[in-house]
Amino acid sequence: MLNYDIVVIGGGPAGMAAALKAKECGVDSILILERAETLGGILEQCIHTGFGLHYFGEELSGPEYADRFIELVNEKEIEYKTDTMALEITENNVVYAVNKTDGLLEIQAKAVILAMGCRERPRGALNIAGSRAAGVMSAGTAQKYVNIDGYMPGKKVVILGSGDIGLIMARRMTLEGAEVKVVCELMPYSSGLTRNIVQCLDDFNIPLRLSCTVIGIHGKDRVEGVTIANVDENRRPIPGTEEYIECDTLLLSVGLIPENELTRAVGIELDPVTSGAVVDENRETSHKGVFACGNVLHVHDLVDYVTLESQTAGEGAAKFVLGGGEEPEYITTKGVSGVRYIVPQKVNVKNEGDVKLYFRVGQVYKNAKTVVKYNGEEIISKKRPRLAPGEMESVIIKNDMLKKFAEGGVIEISVEE
Amino acid sequence: MNYDVAVIGAGVIGSLIARELSRYDIKVALVEKCNDMAMATSKANSAIVHAGFDAKPGSMKAKMNVEGTALMPGLCKTLSVPFKPVGSLVVAFSDDEMQTLQELLERGIENGVPGLEIYDSAKLREAEPFISEEAKGALWAPSAGIVCPYELTIAAVENAVVNGAEFIRNFEVKKIDFANGMFTVSDGESEINAKYVVNAAGVFCDEIAALIGDDSIHTTPRKGEYMLCDKSIGHLANHTIFQCPSKMGKGILVTPTVDGNLLIGPSALDIEDKTDVTTTAGTLANVLTAAKRSVPCLTTREVITSFAGLRAHCSRNDFIIEPSEKNAQFINVAGIESPGLSSAPAIGLYVKDMLIKELGAAEKADFKAEREEPVRFRHMSNEERKALIEKNPAYGRIICRCETITEGEILDAIHAPAGARDVDGVKRRTRAGMGRCQGGFCGSKVVELLARELGVEINEITKCGGNSKILYERTK
Repeated sequence: MLNYDIVVIGGGPAGMAAALKAKECGVDSILILERAETLGGILEQCIHTGFGLHYFGEELSGPEYADRFIELVNEKEIEYKTDTMALEITENNVVYAVNKTDGLLEIQAKAVILAMGCRERPRGALNIAGSRAAGVMSAGTAQKYVNIDGYMPGKKVVILGSGDIGLIMARRMTLEGAEVKVVCELMPYSSGLTRNIVQCLDDFNIPLRLSCTVIGIHGKDRVEGVTIANVDENRRPIPGTEEYIECDTLLLSVGLIPENELTRAVGIELDPVTSGAVVDENRETSHKGVFACGNVLHVHDLVDYVTLESQTAGEGAAKFVLGGGEEPEYITTKGVSGVRYIVPQKVNVKNEGDVKLYFRVGQVYKNAKTVVKYNGEEIISKKRPRLAPGEMESVIIKNDMLKKFAEGGVIEISVEE
Repeated sequence: MNYDVAVIGAGVIGSLIARELSRYDIKVALVEKCNDMAMATSKANSAIVHAGFDAKPGSMKAKMNVEGTALMPGLCKTLSVPFKPVGSLVVAFSDDEMQTLQELLERGIENGVPGLEIYDSAKLREAEPFISEEAKGALWAPSAGIVCPYELTIAAVENAVVNGAEFIRNFEVKKIDFANGMFTVSDGESEINAKYVVNAAGVFCDEIAALIGDDSIHTTPRKGEYMLCDKSIGHLANHTIFQCPSKMGKGILVTPTVDGNLLIGPSALDIEDKTDVTTTAGTLANVLTAAKRSVPCLTTREVITSFAGLRAHCSRNDFIIEPSEKNAQFINVAGIESPGLSSAPAIGLYVKDMLIKELGAAEKADFKAEREEPVRFRHMSNEERKALIEKNPAYGRIICRCETITEGEILDAIHAPAGARDVDGVKRRTRAGMGRCQGGFCGSKVVELLARELGVEINEITKCGGNSKILYERTK
C-alpha cells in the first residue's frame, strides 16, 4: 500500500492545476494518476489556438497551454504516473489503479481530487436510424485521428451538433482538404462559442442549419450519405423537409458527459443536471475528503475556467489535509426560471473569502438581467445584453454578504427578461 | 487444397457443424465471405435459447429445438461461452390469449419440453415486478435461457481451428463445380476442393444451392429491428418475456442479455434485399410501443444502440437439413430461422452424424473439446489482477475504460485461433467499445493495436472488413 496526502485522478488541465495549487498551499505528498501516455489530457489534441486568453492574457494552442502546467508539475517535483488507470475509490479513500510497470496499485489518500474530464455522447444515445457503416464517429475521435495520428477520417463530411468540438473540427477538416457540407444543429441556437461560429464556419462558408437533424445514415460498408430534416419546436423531424446529402463521414458533436463512473461507484451524490458531483465552494463532494473539478464536475466552455476552478479544489483539498477547519454551515444554491444549474450547489457561510457562483442558462436571451436572491430577497441584479447556453456566466457573492446568511438558506439565480 | 468437407457460412450453424466435424480424422474447411465469423444473423438476433413449445410437433424445428436447448448449457460450459438459464414467460393479455397459453403448454408437452407451467397474474407479478397491469397470466418455461450468440460462434470456430479445421475468410462462394466425386468451390480468384459441401449460408442458402442447380430453396430475409438498453435498466426483466405468437413469429420480447443489458425487439418484416440491415425510426418506435405493452415503464432514454438482423425464412416453414436432390454430397442446412440459435448444438451433431456415416471417419485421439476461457480482467478480483499483470504487463494497460478491457485481452483476441482482424471483431471478442462511449476513446487505440499486431498501416484497418475502412490518406 502506498500513502499520499492527495491523489489526483486525471492529469489534464484540471488535475494539474489542482495539484499545483495544493502544493503551493503546503502539501508535499501528491500523486497524479493519468490514463494517457502523457500529462495534458484532451488539450494535447486541441492544436487550435484560443486557450489562455483569460488566464494568461495571451492566445495559446491546447498543447502550449498544457505545457505551461506540465513544466510547473515537473519543476515543483509533483509525482505523477501516466498510462495508469484508476479503477476504484473506496469508502476510506483508498484508490486502486493499474498500469504496466507497477501492476495493481493500492494507494491510501487523505484527500482525493477527481479530475477525470468528460466524454462525448455517442451515436447510440441519439438513436439515429439507418446503417451501421464505418464513418460515423464523434468529433473528438476525428480530432485525435487528424491531429495526433495524422490520418484523415473522411473527405466529405456532415457534422451533427454545433458544440465547440464540432465547430473546431469543421474548420480543421476543411483546412486538411475535406469538404464539410453542413453543420446541423437540433436546437434553434448553437451551443458553441460565438467566436467559434465566426472563425470556424462563417470564415469558411460552411453552412450552419439550426433546428435541423440527421434522421438517417446510409451506406453498406462505409457511409455514403445521410438524410437530414428540419425539426419542429418539439425537436421532431418535420415530414417533407427531408434532404439527402452525399458524404462519407458523419461527425457527432452532440454533447459532453462528465465521466463519473468512479464517483458513482463510491456513492457520491450527483447533480442530475450537470451529471457531476454536488459540491461546496471548495469543490468538496458529499464524500469527505473527495473533491472534484474541471469537466468531470460540469462541462466548461473555456479551459481557463477549468484552471481557476481546479485551483479552488486544490486549495480546498490542501486545507482538508492540513486540517483545522470547523464544521461547515451550508446554504444551498438553486437555478430557477432560465438558469439550468449553479456550481457550487452549496456554500459554507463560514467561508472566509468571496464565493464565485458559476451558472448556465437554458436558452438564448437578449437584453435580460440575471437576478440573485437570498431566501426570496433580491441581493444582486445585473443587466446582460446576451446570455447563451454555450457561455458560462458567473456572479460573486462578497464575503460580507455571505456572513449575513444562515445555515439552511437558499440562494436562487434567475433570468428576468 | 483438398478437403473432406467444406462448410459454407461461418454463422452459428456452420461454425458448430465445423466444430463437431473437427472431432474426426477428416479435413474440414469453413469458408466465410466476410472478414470474420458471426457477421450476419448470428450477431443480430434475440440471443434466446427457446424452450421449444412453439414449433409444430414432429417438425425438424421442434426436434432440433428441444434437443439443442438441452445441449446448450453443457456446450456453453465446454466452450466458455456465457449462458444464463433465466427461463421464459409468454404473457397473455386476454382470455383468448390465456387459451393460447394452454395450447402452447400442450404443444410443449408433446414436444418434450420440461417443466412448463401456467402462472396466474399474481405469480407472474412475483416473477416480473415490472410487468404490465394488463397481463392476465403467463406460460413459464424454466428450460429457456439466454446466450451470447456471436461469442458462441466465435468459440465454436476457435475450437474447430484448434482441432485442425481451417477457417477461410473473405471467400465469397461464386461457383461450385462437381467432377469425379469432388466439388470445386470458387470465389472467382481461388478455389478449394471438397468431397462434401455443407450449405449453411443463412439468408443466402438459396443462392448457394442454385450454384449446383438446386432450385428447391426459397429464402426470404425477414428483418427484425432491436433496441439495446443500458445496464442501468437491466433489472426490468428477470426472464425472457414474450407475448403470444403470431403468424410472423414470436412477437416482441423484452429480455435480459448475458451482459446485463436489456434487449427489446424484434420487428418482423419480409424484405427483398438480403444485405439490408438498416434500422428505421418508425419501426423502432413500433417496437418500443409493443414492448411497453409487456413492460410499460420502458423509455428510449436508456437505449444505447439499435440494430437489425435478418432471419432466413424459407417457404417450407421448417428447417431443411438434408442432402440436395441434385447431389447427395451437398447438404443443405437452410431455413434456419428462429429457433435456429437454440437448435444450433443439435443441428451441429445431426449434420456431423450424416457426414461421418458417409465418410466412415474415426474420432481423433487428441480432440480438445474445451476452449480455454478468455481472460476477463473486469470480472477478476484485485489479487487475480495483480498476479495476471505480473505474468504479462499488457494486462496492466486499460484500453477500453467504459468496460475495463486491457491491452492484453485485445492482443489475445487478435492472436486467438481465427482471431480478430477488424475493430468490430475485437469488440465482439472483448467488449472493447461496447460501453457508454461506444468506442469514442478506445476506437483509435484498437485501430493502433490491430495495425501494430497485423503489421499494416493504420489506414488499412477496417470496422468490419470490405470497404468499411476507418481512415483515408495521411493529413497534409
